Amino acid sequence: MIYEVFRQERKGQALQHAGSVEAADDHFADVYAREQYGRRGESTALWVVARDAVIEIDDFVDELNRNYHRVDGYPLKEKLKEARERAGTAAAPGDR
Amino acid sequence: MNEQEFLEYVQSGGQVETADWMPDDYRAKLIKFIEMHGNSELMGVLPEREWILRAPTLQRKLALTAKVQDEVGHSQLIYRVVEDLGKPREQCLDDLISGKAKFHNVFHYPTKTWGDVGVIAWLVDAAAIISQKALLKCSYAPYARIMKKICWEESFHILHGRDVILTLMNGTDDQRELVQESLNRWWGPLMQFHGNPIAKEEDPMYIWRIKSQGNEEARQQFLDGYVPQIWELGLTVPDQKLRKNDEGAWEYSEPDWDELRHVVTGHGPKTGERLNLRRSARESSAWVRKVVLAEAA
Amino acid sequence: MNEQEQQLLLEIADDELILGWRDSEWTGVAPLLEEDVAFSSIAQNEIGHARALYELVARARGTTADELAFDRSPDEYRCAPLVELRLMDWAETIARHYLYEEADAKRLEQLKQSDDSEIAGLAAKIDREEAYHRIHAQMWFDRLQDEPRFAEALERLRPQAEALLDSAQRGEHTAELADLWQEMTIVRRSQPAGTKW
Repeated sequence: MIYEVFRQERKGQALQHAGSVEAADDHFADVYAREQYGRRGESTALWVVARDAVIEIDDFVDELNRNYHRVDGYPLKEKLKEARERAGTAAAPGDR
Repeated sequence: MNEQEFLEYVQSGGQVETADWMPDDYRAKLIKFIEMHGNSELMGVLPEREWILRAPTLQRKLALTAKVQDEVGHSQLIYRVVEDLGKPREQCLDDLISGKAKFHNVFHYPTKTWGDVGVIAWLVDAAAIISQKALLKCSYAPYARIMKKICWEESFHILHGRDVILTLMNGTDDQRELVQESLNRWWGPLMQFHGNPIAKEEDPMYIWRIKSQGNEEARQQFLDGYVPQIWELGLTVPDQKLRKNDEGAWEYSEPDWDELRHVVTGHGPKTGERLNLRRSARESSAWVRKVVLAEAA
Repeated sequence: MNEQEQQLLLEIADDELILGWRDSEWTGVAPLLEEDVAFSSIAQNEIGHARALYELVARARGTTADELAFDRSPDEYRCAPLVELRLMDWAETIARHYLYEEADAKRLEQLKQSDDSEIAGLAAKIDREEAYHRIHAQMWFDRLQDEPRFAEALERLRPQAEALLDSAQRGEHTAELADLWQEMTIVRRSQPAGTKW
């Protein structure tokens, strides 16, 4: 069985996928993951999970181009320029 | 995506994951390249493990065991990548043992002295790490990712190698002679290691961005980094022609490409013996794999 | 530390050194790649434990761990015959591993009660690392217990495991130890004593 291994390098960091080990069962997977991803003290934590248990998702649908979810949905630059001209105020150096 | 689009994609830095579509040729070349790397790590263990017993201090014994352990670990990481690409580990090992699949030239040669332990960890691993650092940019992402771990672990090997060599060089005349004699023997294979100087634009590995560096580029990097280290210890390199020219490129005697071809096609001094060892170890432990992995299959 | 305590520590150190070396013979040729890596760590731990024990005795004797590990003659080693055996069958190796860990757990318990705080402290440290070895040995025992060759190896090696806990049963070495010592010290002996490596 293939087990996926996720490791956390330091406390506070996210666990990241590190690799996989082949093991007969959870006990062997525990031992083997520890060895491959921890023998040099390089991880503070490991999550080990059978590959079959992982739900893979890599297809995302966005047919109608929903820009309100993205930064480019909010074009402020032109509007700010117009508002300043109206108020007679200039942009200060460094303004966005 | 078609093959042309894929080519443009990887050539502009695109990364490929396991589940992505890839041209058959890309997949085949990838498997062959990565498999050879896995084979090399596994075969590289054999010349070094003899010295674990003979290590002259407890610290050296531990460091050498850890180094060899890392190499086995690397082969595990690499074969997992190959397996996810479609070629099972057992098939890779079958092909290795039968001689169908290759491994790097340096692992076909004997180790004769403690000097070799130092030279291998210092220079052979250095030559390998140059290639490995270039692989960090491999277009196939799972392989590029394991290269990060491999490079990190290899950096300890180089430290160990350097420590062994410096201790010998600061020791007795006999110890210094051990290093020089070892270097004399390993220089030829080292110069052949990065392969013949095929232009990278003609190298399919580079075209697919599996490799990001040409063979000659790698060799020049090796010479640039390590010849000064060799010379500063008072050691000589057994090549009269070796020098850096005015353009900053290293000139050297033409490596023996026939020897390289002869060796990697399975005719090295130790090839047969080492493959036999692999074969018999594998046969005698087949029952363990059956017991342990059978239900899991 | 009195002479008796030193002898006991040397027994354990010699056991760990020779067993650690025997276990490291599997590096590169173990049945599974993942197991190869795991078992190599166990071998390294054993050699590390040997070193720590040698260091304790070395301090009491005004010598070094390396000198104790390498520079005695074969008949001066205090290891039990069980660890000297070259066992390149996995069933035998795991059988020895299991029996050794069983015995080692008992003697570490005793050492943890030592009046000498250094000995007790080191025993506790070693014991904490050995916990992992015991888990590993048990895991393999559970997998192999129905295999005839494993059960047979266990029964065959069990009597020799008794010497681990009985100093009186040590002293006789196998023929293998002299050969092992020759090879183990060949590089070291090639230069004068005190040469740095």
